[in-house]
Amino acid sequence: MITFKNVSKRYPDGYVALNNIDFAFESGEMVFLTGHSGAGKSTLLKLIAAIERPTSGTITISGQNIAQLKPGAIPYLRRKIGFIFQDHKLLFDRNVFDNVLLPLQISNFDNKMVAGRIRAALDKVGLLAKEKAMPIALSGGERQRLCIARAVVHRPSILIADEPTGNLDIEYAQDIMSMFKSFNQVGVTVLIATHDASLLRDTEHRILSLKQGKLAV
Amino acid sequence: MIRAWLTQHGFVFFLTLKRLISTPVSSMLSVIVMGIALSLPTGLYVLMENLSSISGQTASSPQMSLFLKLDIKKEDIEGIKQRMEEDSQIVSFQFIPKDTALHQLQQSNGLTDITASLVRNPLPDAFIVHTLENTSGNLEKLRVEIQNWPEIEHVQFDSVWIERLNALLKLGRFVVLMLTTLLSVAIIAIMFNTIRLQILTKRDEIEISKLIGATDSFIRRPFLYFGAIQGLAGGATAWLIMTLVIRAMNEELITLVQLYDFDLQLQHLSPSDSISLLLFSAWLGWLGARISVASHLWQIEPR
Repeated sequence: MITFKNVSKRYPDGYVALNNIDFAFESGEMVFLTGHSGAGKSTLLKLIAAIERPTSGTITISGQNIAQLKPGAIPYLRRKIGFIFQDHKLLFDRNVFDNVLLPLQISNFDNKMVAGRIRAALDKVGLLAKEKAMPIALSGGERQRLCIARAVVHRPSILIADEPTGNLDIEYAQDIMSMFKSFNQVGVTVLIATHDASLLRDTEHRILSLKQGKLAV
Repeated sequence: MIRAWLTQHGFVFFLTLKRLISTPVSSMLSVIVMGIALSLPTGLYVLMENLSSISGQTASSPQMSLFLKLDIKKEDIEGIKQRMEEDSQIVSFQFIPKDTALHQLQQSNGLTDITASLVRNPLPDAFIVHTLENTSGNLEKLRVEIQNWPEIEHVQFDSVWIERLNALLKLGRFVVLMLTTLLSVAIIAIMFNTIRLQILTKRDEIEISKLIGATDSFIRRPFLYFGAIQGLAGGATAWLIMTLVIRAMNEELITLVQLYDFDLQLQHLSPSDSISLLLFSAWLGWLGARISVASHLWQIEPR
């Protein structure tokens, strides 16, 4: 599903974020990506969504080489991916419902099914009662869940989360982890970057750990 | 697929209207600025159209009057007729004997007293001559030629003022074109800046939309709609301004027209010209937005 081959990323200022990374995920796998901050986790996730381009190497997603993707093809790649951002990236000028609506508008979704899809996604993350609320009125955990609802509403085949439990209480964090597990159970490939060791303590899933831009097995 | 496309465009259209209404004062101001800018060339154009309809009514082909010498003989008149028939530049002519001319003069208003006091007919025999169109001074050559005929006292162009008017109209149309060009650039610049500010305030939305898979055309669309709708509203404003101006001017003209016993009413733009104005102004708004979007959107790349 996702394959990295000799992937390196060097930023224009000379900083090497990723150094010769090799790995492959199967479709439907759930994988954790760990490492200290600055180890290159975020860069690796951004490479998958073509937010950053690798300096060298090839990245293939479903047989498509992301490193050579034309700019016009990038939006269609991103629609296959649900991205949960570290800083949420919610729109504060519209309510919860309209925030989740955005991905459906972007992918030209048929109007009749839109409301049902949005409510299903909000229900999954437990925000159904707050669809009219503005994001500013939500707690940190609720914002995180709104971001998840927005990432899954268009039913992507890949779900990527950057520090999804960042500054949440342990109970909230476990809540969110169980959401990811349930998405994974219906066949979604899930990739979670986290530095939170407590999440990884007794997981049966694969763990990739990054150290100074290199994979440490 | 087509329905989804239509829904999307309909959605963006109403979203844009909502955005325009949500900032009523600034939207109104830029619409009024555009309306005034457009009403200048439009007003001049309306004036040109009205003037050219006057000149169009009056003469179709250039016309000359030939006044014969007073002591002319019948045979000489026949000679002139023959010479004119042979001239390829003369389309048609009409002989007006001096008695007919005097009779016509007597019937004109206000001149009855003067003509009645005349002892004898002071008018000469005359020809009214229609010629080909004036191209590169051929009519002037014809006039000189005819003037040299021995029987001719004087040759006069009757259509000189129309030619002058047409030359003036030509100049006027050129001014309209220049004004339109300049003010179009101004409108594009206004729209460029309006959209630039909008893009700045919508930075987050644009960035997030790009991150979750929006194509460039999806991101561009609301801004282009905004430009086109504002342009259209500007064109409609210009049209309304013209309606008011023409109505006011016609009221003033009525008094003038009554004094001179002359029928003149300014006409508004024709329906097709009105539609052209609206389409053109919408296109200007769209173009300003398009240029602005092209030069600002690429700067917002998610990192």
